[in-house]
Amino acid sequence: MAKVRGAIVVDVEKCKGCGVCLPACPTDVIDLASEVNGKGYHYAFMNQPDECIGCSNCAIVCPDGVITVYKVKLNR
Amino acid sequence: MAEITLQDIIKPENLVYKKTDLMTDKPLSYCPGCGHGTAHRITMEVIEELNLAEDTIGVAPVGCSVLAYEFMNVDMTQAAHGRAPAVATGIKRVWPNKVVFTYQGDGDLAAIGTSETIHACNRGENIVIIFINNGIYGMTGGQMAPTTLPGMKSSTSPYGRDVAMMGNPLKMTELVAQLPGTYFVTRQAVHTPAAVRKAKKAIKKAFENQRDCKPGLSFIEIVSNCNSGWKMTPTDANKWMEENMFPFYPMGDIKVDGQLVK
Repeated sequence: MAKVRGAIVVDVEKCKGCGVCLPACPTDVIDLASEVNGKGYHYAFMNQPDECIGCSNCAIVCPDGVITVYKVKLNR
Repeated sequence: MAEITLQDIIKPENLVYKKTDLMTDKPLSYCPGCGHGTAHRITMEVIEELNLAEDTIGVAPVGCSVLAYEFMNVDMTQAAHGRAPAVATGIKRVWPNKVVFTYQGDGDLAAIGTSETIHACNRGENIVIIFINNGIYGMTGGQMAPTTLPGMKSSTSPYGRDVAMMGNPLKMTELVAQLPGTYFVTRQAVHTPAAVRKAKKAIKKAFENQRDCKPGLSFIEIVSNCNSGWKMTPTDANKWMEENMFPFYPMGDIKVDGQLVK
């Protein structure tokens, strides 16, 4: 089992759905939603939340800075 | 072990990354996927990390980033087209203990502001210039810029830039590196996490140089994309940039501590 678990929170209304975070994610967690936000963009969301390791790569490349990252270490 | 839920992870004590408070909450005016947003954010992160927020004055250019003062939560002013290094020179000379930076695009810095840029670099003003190079005039509709690559299509070179007729692209960063007044000259990108981390290190070095009163100007070029002007999706534009822009505008430091390194 993974030693760390992460999670991202996307500011849906500010996300422009550019998709730059998708190739940045090493575990392919993120995908673009089929729904749109208020501006009509397909916003980013966690498609596979269990795989997130909280590496912050997506937040670092996000041009609009809409991603907040959380991470916990699991005690085994 | 019990399953961990998202509610257990998303707690303030588990926070590892959030947008810096030195960026305002206004939604950025840039196109989706534009490198400007990332460049803004890493600049502000560096200022926050160096604890210079109260002592920094930025100069916004004309171009896509003309509204940079709306997004950067530090003291900002805005210069006439291309004149940001001249305005920054004045600010720095009046307030030598403040940290002054300009944030300019290639239309501003490498076209109309070439003379101001070269003379500020040659005088060795103790300022930081952040130069976003996307090879096109993004704001006005994707016209050919001095930095447009040979053969690159734009709205005023629809068959590609013909070097025989339209001249050669200008490598501004190599040019200013030759001047005795520059102290640190580098070229970076912000399209992948690794590139962003490197670019942030370079910007940090530039601001540290100025804070420590090192003699000379620090010049950082950030090769960026313009997916609207290039007529590509953001991810395709990043790929195109890697394949076409990077061979012509190679990444890395050109001048470190006043010495040419390549």
